[in-house]
Amino acid sequence: MRKQKIILAIAAAGALAGVAHAQSARDYISIVGSSTVYPFSTTVAEHFGKANAKFKTPKVESTGTGGGFKLFCGGVGVQYPDISNASRAIKKSELENCAKNGVAEIVEVKIGFDGIVIASSKKTKPMALTRKDLWLALAKEVPEPGTGKLTANPFKTWKDVNPELPAHKIEVLGPPPTSGTRDAFVELVMDEGCKDFPAIKELEKSDGKKAKAACGAIREDGAYIEAGENDNLIVNKLVSNLNALGIFGFSFLEENLDKIQGEAIDGVPPTFENIAAGKYPVSRPLFFYVKKAHVAVIPGMKEFIAEFVSQKASGNEGYLSNKGLIPLPKDQHTQVAADANGLKTLAP
Amino acid sequence: MNSLDDSAALPPPSRDIKTIVNAGLKRRHAAERRFRWFGLAAISLGLAFVVLMFANIIGKGYPAFWQTFIELPVAFDPAVIDPEGRRDPKALADADYAALIRASLRGLFPRVEGRRDLRELYGLVSSNAPFRLRGQVLDDPALIGATRSVWVLASAKVDTLIKGNINRTLDESLRPISDQEIAWVDRLIADGRLEQRFNTILFGNGDSREPEQAGIRGALMGSFYTLLITFLLSFPIGVATAVYLEEFAPKNRWTDLIEVNINNLAAVPSIVFGLLGLAVFINFFGLPRSAPLVGGLVLSLMTLPVIIIAGRAALTSVPPSIREAALGMGASKLQMVGHHVLPLAMPGMLTGSIIGMARALGESAPLLMIGMVAFIVDVPRGFTDPATVLPVQIYLWADLPERAFVERTSAAIMVLLGFMILMNGLAIVLRKRFERRW
Repeated sequence: MRKQKIILAIAAAGALAGVAHAQSARDYISIVGSSTVYPFSTTVAEHFGKANAKFKTPKVESTGTGGGFKLFCGGVGVQYPDISNASRAIKKSELENCAKNGVAEIVEVKIGFDGIVIASSKKTKPMALTRKDLWLALAKEVPEPGTGKLTANPFKTWKDVNPELPAHKIEVLGPPPTSGTRDAFVELVMDEGCKDFPAIKELEKSDGKKAKAACGAIREDGAYIEAGENDNLIVNKLVSNLNALGIFGFSFLEENLDKIQGEAIDGVPPTFENIAAGKYPVSRPLFFYVKKAHVAVIPGMKEFIAEFVSQKASGNEGYLSNKGLIPLPKDQHTQVAADANGLKTLAP
Repeated sequence: MNSLDDSAALPPPSRDIKTIVNAGLKRRHAAERRFRWFGLAAISLGLAFVVLMFANIIGKGYPAFWQTFIELPVAFDPAVIDPEGRRDPKALADADYAALIRASLRGLFPRVEGRRDLRELYGLVSSNAPFRLRGQVLDDPALIGATRSVWVLASAKVDTLIKGNINRTLDESLRPISDQEIAWVDRLIADGRLEQRFNTILFGNGDSREPEQAGIRGALMGSFYTLLITFLLSFPIGVATAVYLEEFAPKNRWTDLIEVNINNLAAVPSIVFGLLGLAVFINFFGLPRSAPLVGGLVLSLMTLPVIIIAGRAALTSVPPSIREAALGMGASKLQMVGHHVLPLAMPGMLTGSIIGMARALGESAPLLMIGMVAFIVDVPRGFTDPATVLPVQIYLWADLPERAFVERTSAAIMVLLGFMILMNGLAIVLRKRFERRW
């Protein structure tokens, strides 16, 4: 019994000592944030770890953009992450939260673009969709033809939306509201698609907030199916359901070109070239944010940033483009790289 | 006639019951048969789903245990590896081994020209090939200057093609591999420079973003450390709690309350324990995120009620006569428990704990909250190193765009299922061998 007690005590002391050690010095970079940036961030982390034997490979957590900023803005110190990935720019409220917790100096690095594609099975005929069609098909409330008053969305098939489209049932598989991809889809497709309707315009004049809510609300009567965060799942469902459309990131389209096709939006098909040139309307910039106060404390931060913004990683033919990242235009990339390496902070 | 009619109208009572029984018998038999059919149908349906699931997973995951390798004649050119000729290990480590691979591929396919085509050619070989050459040179510097044939890992693209997961008949623009890449691979096959071997990388490597280099070693070690903490904490505490509650505690309102709470805790959704762990261990105690230590603590909170309940059941199944005999021989209460009751209850307790541990091994939801959903390349070497666990690794791989991760996901599921079956089997063996019945 006595012996057991001693062993237990030693084990407990050892565990505590280990904890204390881990807290006083973290020797690896801790990255959190967007699941969209995760595939790119991890690739850079792995290259960085392999190329620099003296640094450990960074740890990358997939927490979602908002969750990432919450952790990132928790404070300064080794228990808080050093870098947060984001599929949108940091919000003002998040910056304020950061400042409140003493995280004042933040470096913003734009790494490239991600296209959001609306895809269908290869076996069906492509549809020429516009953002207006998509809004009419997916909005919770649409203007009534005669009066222009907003009523619950009556459309059942694409033909109801636009006579030129086929008479397929409207069935769109997309991400749930917690997803950054959903936010971007609402912002880039729904908010744009609703603009030209007089009813929305009037609402805009009287109550901007209400207009925004009316534009962004997605119908909940089964035409839009929340398919979870797993994009592979949506791809599989498209293959078995010929009439369905799916919404996901460009890299999944690129990997599955033999099974699915991306629909052209406003006449522009989602190709690498179109997204890189800024012609494809549904694309968004991707970022990562660096806590400047940590750069001097955590080993390898400067080198990691340099690796991420280097030509061979996020440049025009860099290894991230093989993973589906759409790189920045050349001059912008050079500027971003210079700012990132110089640790230029965001204006408070 | 009349009298006969009368006797038929009033049959003896015994015959009456018989007819009633006979009339109902058919219906009752039918009901019984129907019930049996329903049961059989339910079991066959269940079995069919299990078979379907296993067939699907094994069918998808089996190829992941094989990996394509390419043989390259590599000239260990001193001008590239060690231009100064000093054999300085640091210089050897920093040399550009990718250049050797590139030169070798150009040697095999001398007619390939142009930046784009060359890039495609170099893409046949995995990006870890240069590191393999570096390892060989560092092990044996005498290689410098020699030409050796080296088997290097093929890229995931080539591997997927060899495994038949890319349809060659499709139009070039629709498949991830181009016509000339297929021609090169066919050349390599014809020359005998391409072969499939058992995939040791899957078991030897940590995670990677390149499918051909990704392995489950990191996740396995993470699971091991996490479960070790869980076992070390939950088994002694669980057993002690069960013994105290069953043998020592007075039966009053307080112990009733505790019992109800323990039973309720066993049914709490596991994600709640994750939230608790985040609030208590990470935010309050300041333990590191993503560490097996915290994972183990959270999972032991989850496993404790299971072990306590199993432990108490095992203790109650020990007949009271044994307790009375021990007490009658003058043993103290602690001696009675320690010498007689606990050893007899131990197999049942161990079985319960193993089943609890198997549940903890398959758990991923509470670990999402404490940062164990992370990309970690380095295999963890301690309780505070960042780590992930097997079910979380499966979750992460299932979400990646690369086609080649599909088979790896299934392979990881097979490994996880293997461990589950092993642990449950162990529990059954323990029960069959050591459990005593009275």
